[in-house]
Amino acid sequence: MSIFENVLKNEERIIFALRELYRRYGYSQYKMSKFEEYDLYAGNKDFLVSDNIITFTDTNGALMALKPDVTLSIVRSSRETAGWVQKVYYDESVYRASRGGAFKEIRQVGLECIGEIGDYDISEAVLLAGESLRCISGEWALSLSHLGIVSEALDGLKVPGEYRQRLLKCIGEKNLHELTAICREAGAEESAAERLRRLLSTYGAPEVVLPELAGLRCSPEALGQLSRICGALERQGLGGGLRLDFSVVNDMNYYNGVVFKGFVNGVPSGVLSGGQYDKLMRKMGRRSGAVGFAVYTDMLERLAGAEEEYDVDVLLLYGAEDSLDALHAALAGLRAEGHSAMAQRAVPEKLRYRRLMRLAGEGVETVESDA
Amino acid sequence: MSQMLNIALPKGRLGEKVYDMFEASGFDCPAIREGGRRLTFENQSLGLRYFWVKPSDVAIYVERGAADIGVAGKDILLEYQPEIYELLDLGLGRCSMAVAAPAQFRDNPRRTLRVATKFSNIARRHYGSLGRDIDIIHLNGSIELAPILNLSDVIVDIVETGRTLRENGLEVVETILPISARLIANKASFEFQRQGIEAIAAGLAARTEVV
Repeated sequence: MSIFENVLKNEERIIFALRELYRRYGYSQYKMSKFEEYDLYAGNKDFLVSDNIITFTDTNGALMALKPDVTLSIVRSSRETAGWVQKVYYDESVYRASRGGAFKEIRQVGLECIGEIGDYDISEAVLLAGESLRCISGEWALSLSHLGIVSEALDGLKVPGEYRQRLLKCIGEKNLHELTAICREAGAEESAAERLRRLLSTYGAPEVVLPELAGLRCSPEALGQLSRICGALERQGLGGGLRLDFSVVNDMNYYNGVVFKGFVNGVPSGVLSGGQYDKLMRKMGRRSGAVGFAVYTDMLERLAGAEEEYDVDVLLLYGAEDSLDALHAALAGLRAEGHSAMAQRAVPEKLRYRRLMRLAGEGVETVESDA
Repeated sequence: MSQMLNIALPKGRLGEKVYDMFEASGFDCPAIREGGRRLTFENQSLGLRYFWVKPSDVAIYVERGAADIGVAGKDILLEYQPEIYELLDLGLGRCSMAVAAPAQFRDNPRRTLRVATKFSNIARRHYGSLGRDIDIIHLNGSIELAPILNLSDVIVDIVETGRTLRENGLEVVETILPISARLIANKASFEFQRQGIEAIAAGLAARTEVV
């Protein structure tokens, strides 16, 4: 296996580590086609990260799409069996418009837990999100929120529906000044607005935030669930990277309960996103619940240390007079010692090599070495 | 602070006022006052690195993590909708985003309204919310010229004192929203440089109340 490890790019190594992690927790790989009927996405556009979708007409005239998302396909093909939870992971390409507007192929790894999920399944998903981040980098942060608590604080404002979307945007931006202005404009009760502001300003390590939440009259069920999840992660040695942060707000039309977002130091945007999405299940005619997350591996090539130091271990120079047999033998010898080796007549421009060697009679001699 | 905190400031008059505010809050960087052609300035002891960028680019630097925090106008944030935290309204550079038109202008709802603007997304959202059919003419400068030469019926632009409008025979028809400079932060930086960012936000917030 070690031979192949040298071939893998850093993000590929992470992807395989994640797949192994999920497999060890009993998740089975879900393999799917690159195409899906467009109708599946047309009805759930808000669930998608971007609503730009690459479409084409299939040979039978059906409008098809290159998958912009994996979760919807997994939910659609899931079966509901009483008392049973389907656990799958995936490693798939999705096709989305980037911020610049052009379509990109993005490799996405993630997992879904579908069925009669309970506290254990939800805490396991959050735990695996933490473990996933730890696989990616030593410096990671998992921000955890509970939409039940956010929703309750919003309900307390008693403002018309049109303000909720604007308020949610402010919550996602930690934008307290505009949130205050909107509450005032909507005529929300000041005590309820203050409660929402305090909720949003209360973020950080669970041991600091949880006691403060108790003073904010949050729903005991939601608070209890958050507390149990945080405890479970703490006991698994994942407490250090865990934060409670109510600015994590996924679309409330699809998500409910626990939602989370993961970051690693060195990557400027979130690399992991997920949560409980029972509302999506309802929209798709399912009775049971679901929780899952995705890791966006496209950003990981930017991680420090991701770039290889050298293009080749040994650059072997040879001349027109050197024997072909001696050249092959020298290269075979180097490779047998575990080095990558390349033969050239002259040093290629900008090639980074560990050692420069040249053929000397039947053997090789070192001209220059970085070691 | 183990890592340097990168701060993107908008080049120009507003940026200088913003820096004054950082300085007054204790986040100074004397090198910035020395002038010259340098683009980055460091205060090693405070762990701060400032740099000047085009005002409309601040949000891009922050969203992509080249800057951990920055100061950008609300107009830019609304136009580009970057994925960032908006931590504070600094109260500087107050102006408004408005619709302006020649003094004699009367909107004829039976015709598509031609709107010249630098802020296409803001204009589209504003008229979209009113259900008004518009034709956006995206310009990069001298927007006031468009209605004068009948390139457009109205313009959507930033209005500070209204003087440029008046001098070109235009007047504000409608104010879309108030604009001012905002302190923004990269979402990942906020997780890993939280203490430094919060200290700056708190320092500036105290000054904002004074301004």
